[in-house]
Amino acid sequence: MSFLQNSLPYILAGISVGGQYALIAIGYTMVYGILRLINFAHGDVFMAAGMFMVFLSASLPLGVAVPLVLLLTVLLGFLIERAAYKPLRSAPRMSVMISAIGVSYLLQNCALYFTGGLAKVYPQLPWLSDTVTILGAVTKRVTLITPILTLVLVIGLSLFIRYTKVGMAMRAVSKDFETARLMGIKVNSVISTTFIIGSLLAAVGSLLYFTNYASVTPTSGGMPGLKCFVAAVFGGIGSIPGAVIGAFIIGICENIIKGLGWTTFSDAFTFALLIVILLVKPTGLFGEKATDKV
Amino acid sequence: MDLRKDKKKDALCTAVALTGMLVVLLIMELTMKSTSILFTVLKKGVIYALVAVSMNLLNGFTGLFSLGQAGFMLIGAYTYSILSMPISVKMGESVYKYYDCAIGIELGIFPSLILAGVIAAVFAALIGLPVLRLKSDYLAIATLGFAEILRAFFQWDAMGPVTNGANVLRQYKDLTKVKIPFTNIPFPPTLFCFLVSGICIAIIVLLINSSYGRAFKAIRDDEIAAEAMGINLFKHKEMSFVISSFFAGISGAMLAMFQYTIQAAQFKTAMTYEILLIVVIGGIGSVTGSCIASFLFIACNEWWLRFLDESSNNILGLNILRSGFRKVVFSIIIMIIVLFFSKGIMGEREFSWARVRAFFRDPFGARSRKARKAAASEGGEP
Amino acid sequence: MKKVLALVLACVMVFALAACGGSGKSSADTVTIGVFEPASGDNGAGGKQETLGVQYANSVQPTVEIGGKTYNVVVKYVDNESSNDKAPSAAAELVNAGCSIVLGSYGSGVSIAGGPTFEAAGIPAVGITCTNPQVTEGNTYYFRICFLDPFQGTVLANYAFNELGVTKAYCLNKLGDDYSGGLVKYFIDAFEGLGGECVHEEFPDGNSDFTSYVANAKAADCGVFFSPVSTEAAQLIIDQVVAQGASFPLLAGDTWDSNVILQAAKGKDVQVTVTTFYPEGADANFDSSIKAWINGDSTNLANNGGDDTVAAVTAMGYDAYFFALAAMQKAGSTEPAKVMAALWDTEINGVTGPIALDKTNGDAIRNTAFVKQADTATGTWIALDPVTVG
Repeated sequence: MSFLQNSLPYILAGISVGGQYALIAIGYTMVYGILRLINFAHGDVFMAAGMFMVFLSASLPLGVAVPLVLLLTVLLGFLIERAAYKPLRSAPRMSVMISAIGVSYLLQNCALYFTGGLAKVYPQLPWLSDTVTILGAVTKRVTLITPILTLVLVIGLSLFIRYTKVGMAMRAVSKDFETARLMGIKVNSVISTTFIIGSLLAAVGSLLYFTNYASVTPTSGGMPGLKCFVAAVFGGIGSIPGAVIGAFIIGICENIIKGLGWTTFSDAFTFALLIVILLVKPTGLFGEKATDKV
Repeated sequence: MDLRKDKKKDALCTAVALTGMLVVLLIMELTMKSTSILFTVLKKGVIYALVAVSMNLLNGFTGLFSLGQAGFMLIGAYTYSILSMPISVKMGESVYKYYDCAIGIELGIFPSLILAGVIAAVFAALIGLPVLRLKSDYLAIATLGFAEILRAFFQWDAMGPVTNGANVLRQYKDLTKVKIPFTNIPFPPTLFCFLVSGICIAIIVLLINSSYGRAFKAIRDDEIAAEAMGINLFKHKEMSFVISSFFAGISGAMLAMFQYTIQAAQFKTAMTYEILLIVVIGGIGSVTGSCIASFLFIACNEWWLRFLDESSNNILGLNILRSGFRKVVFSIIIMIIVLFFSKGIMGEREFSWARVRAFFRDPFGARSRKARKAAASEGGEP
Repeated sequence: MKKVLALVLACVMVFALAACGGSGKSSADTVTIGVFEPASGDNGAGGKQETLGVQYANSVQPTVEIGGKTYNVVVKYVDNESSNDKAPSAAAELVNAGCSIVLGSYGSGVSIAGGPTFEAAGIPAVGITCTNPQVTEGNTYYFRICFLDPFQGTVLANYAFNELGVTKAYCLNKLGDDYSGGLVKYFIDAFEGLGGECVHEEFPDGNSDFTSYVANAKAADCGVFFSPVSTEAAQLIIDQVVAQGASFPLLAGDTWDSNVILQAAKGKDVQVTVTTFYPEGADANFDSSIKAWINGDSTNLANNGGDDTVAAVTAMGYDAYFFALAAMQKAGSTEPAKVMAALWDTEINGVTGPIALDKTNGDAIRNTAFVKQADTATGTWIALDPVTVG
C-alpha cells in the first residue's frame, strides 16, 4: 500500500501528461500521414492556444473565452496551412519543412513581442483546477479528467475517419496523394480539414495542459511539441492509435524516471527510448513497413 | 582546350579574390577598433558558415537528413575548452568550483582544435553505426535525439570532474590568445577565424569534387541506383557523417574560442534549426550559398535589426517599436525568403566567374540580384 | 513579384545598416551608460524590473556634472535574451555604442558570458544583482554592488535550520543555470555544515511539469523546499506545491522577491520566504515616488508585472545608476579606463544601504540580507528581521 501511495503521484502525473501529449501528437501524425511533413509549427500552435486563452480570459467570461479559443486556434491552423504550406505543394519536401520551422519562429517571436517576454499566468478554470484526493495522493481534478477526455476524443476521431465521407477521403489521400486527386477528391479541402482537426485537438490539449501547469511563455510549445513528435514517431508516424499509445508510454516513463531521481536524464530518456524502438522497428510500433520500389 | 584555359583562369581569379579578401580583412583589423561589432558579426558568421557547409555536405550532397549538428558542436566546444585550459586554472577554484578536475593535461590551440574535431568524429562514427540504417525523417529524429542525449550527458553531475557539470567553462585559450607562430605577437582574431574556416571549407569542397563526392551525390539522387553501380552505401554514408561531424566539432571549438565561455545549455535543438535555416536559405547543395546565408543570417539576427528594438526610434507616436519587434521582423523576412525563393539564394548553383562575366557583359539583360549579392558579400569562392 | 520583393528586402537591410551607423556615436556633451539586461527569455521578468530602476533613476537625474562640465546621460538598453550565446554580441553592441560604464545583468550566467567582451574593450561593468562569485573572479573589469551566493546560501541555510527548525531540505535548481546551481551548492554546504541533510535534484531546460519534483520532496519527508530558480519556474512550483497539498514552506533567494511570486501565492495555502537586497518600506520617500512613476505609465506598469510593488532588484537598479554617476564624477572623466580606476574607491549611500567595494574582486562589502515572507491573504511582503553574518 505504501508503495502504491508513493508511486501513485508519478503514475497519475504520467497518465495525465500522456493524455495531453496524445492530443498534440495526433496533430503531428495526421499531417505527416497526408503530407509527409513534420509540422514543426504544431507545438507553437499549442502555445498560441494558451496565449489566446490568457488574453481573452482577461476581458471575457470563461464561457465565451473557451469556445473562442478553440475557434481562433482552428483558424490559426487553417491559415498557417493556406499561407505557408499550400504555396509549396510542389516544392521539395525540405522547403515545406523549413517553412514549418519558419512559422514556428514567427509564432514564438510574435508571442514574445505581445507578452513582452514575460510568463503569463494561465487563468484558473473552475472545477478543473480544484484539488482532489485519490487514494491518499493529492492532485488537480484535471489530472483525472485528461485521460478520459483524451480517450473520448480519440474514439470520436477514429469513428469520424472510419465512417464519414471526409474521413474516407483522408484515408485515401494518405494512401496515395496522386490517385486520390485523380479520383476526384478535393485534396486541398481534405488537407485543410486535417489541419483543422489537429489544431482543435491541440487547443483542447492546451486547455488541459496549462490548467495543470499554469504558466505560458513563448517557448512553452517547444519541448512538449518535440516530445509529442517523438511520441508520434514512437507509435509509428501516420497511425493515430500508435500516436496515442506512444504519448502515454512517453508521459508515464518520463515521470517514473523523474521519480527515480534521474532528473537530469528525463528528456534524454525519451529520446533514448525512441532510438531503441527505431533500431528494433525502423518505422515505429504501429508504422506501416515501407517498401522500396526498384 | 578552351574550357581548360577558362578553368585555369577561374582558379586564378578565385585565388586572387580570396587573397584580396584576406588582405582587406587584415588591413581592416589593423586599422579599425578591434571591438567593433562588425568583427563580432564577421567572426560568428564565418564560424556558422563552416558548420552550415558541414551540414550541407550531409543534407545537400549526401541526402542524409541529419539534425545532430548542435550535438557535435557541443562535443567540439567542450573538447577544445577542456584541453586548452591552462593547468593552473584547472587546479584552481575559479572554474571547477564544485569538482576536482580530472583532466591533467594542457594542449596548445592547434592540437586542441584538431582533437575537438577528432573526438566529435569518433562520437559520430559510434552513433552512425546504428542510426545510419534509418531512412529520411526517422534518421532526422534519431540524430536530433542523440544530440539531446549528448547534451544531458555533458551536463550530468557524475561527469563533473571532466565537464564541470552544467556550469560554464571559461578561461581557456580564446581568440585573444592566438599568437603568430614563433613570436609573441597576437594573431588578428577575425583573420584567424577566416583562415581556419576557409581551410576547412576548402577541404570540404575538394572532397565534394573528388570521386567520393560524386559517390555522395549519387547516393543523394538515387540510393538504389547508386548501390547497383557498386557504391557501398553504408560506408559512404558513414564517411560523410563522420567528416561532417569532424568539421562541426571544429566549428564548435571555434565558437567556444569566440564566446570566451561555453555551456552545454546553449546547444539546443533551436541551434540546429538555425543552422538548417541557413543551409536552406543559402540553397541546399550550394557551398557558396551556405556561406553567404550564414553572414546574412547572423548580421540580421544580431546586428542590423537591433534598432527595431529601441522604443526611442518610434516615429509619429506609433508605439510598435519595442523589445522583441526585431525578432518578429526577422522571422517575417525568413518566411518571405522561404515562400518566394524556395530554392534559396543560390539554389543548387555555386558562385562562378562565368556568370559574373556574363553579368558584366550584360548587366540589364541578366539582372539577377542574387549573383550581385554573391559577388558583393563574398568576393569569391572556389 | 520576386524582384520587387528582393528589392524591398535589400532596401530594408540598407536602411537598417544606415540606422546602425547613425546611432551609437556619443557626442561631446553626452555620456552613455549601457544597460546589459534580459528583456526576454527565462529572466525577462526580473531583467525588466531591474531596468525599471535604472530608467527611473535616469528620469530623476538625467544630467551629471563631471569635471565642471554638465553632461546629458544617455542610457543604452540591450536585450541579452537571458542566453549565454547571445551575450557576447549584445555586449559588443554596447561597446559599439561607446558606453563609459555598463550596468547589469540580472542572472549571473549572462554576466559571466558577457564579461570578457567588456574586459577586451576596457569598459568597466557593474553587476547589479548577479550574485554568483564567478562574475567578478578573474575579471578585473567586472564589479558588483550586491552580496554573493556563499553569503546568501549561508543566510538561507541558517534561517532554515535555526528559524524553521528543519533538518532535511529539498534543493531544486535548473540544470545549466549558474545562478540557481551556485546558490544551491552553497546552501547545501552550509546546511550540511550545520548538521542538516539535503536532497538535491535538477530540472532540465524547458520543463514545466514539477509534479514529480514536489512528490519527491514529499516522499523524502523534507521539511523545507529550497528552489532559488527563475520566477517563471517559481510560479509553476508554487502552483504544484499547493495542488499536492504539501505542507513544507518554500525558501528561495533574491529572484523570488518579485510580485510575480506574490501573485502566484496570493490566496493559497503556502508559505514563501525569501532573502533579498531591499525590503519595501525601508525608504518611504523612494517607495512613494517610484510608485507614482510606475503608475504614471502603462508600459512601466506592465514591465513591473502589473502592479506597483517595488521589487528589490528595482531598488538595486536605482542605486546602480547613482553608483555609476558617482564613479564618473570621482574619475572626473567619461573615459572608461579612468572610470574603472575610480570605481574601486567609489562610495555612495543608496536606498538599499551604503555601497562600497572591496579591493580584491570589486565585490560589494555587504553583510546584511533582508528576509521577507509572502502574506498570501493580501498579496504583499512582510519584512522579517534582517540577518547579518560576519
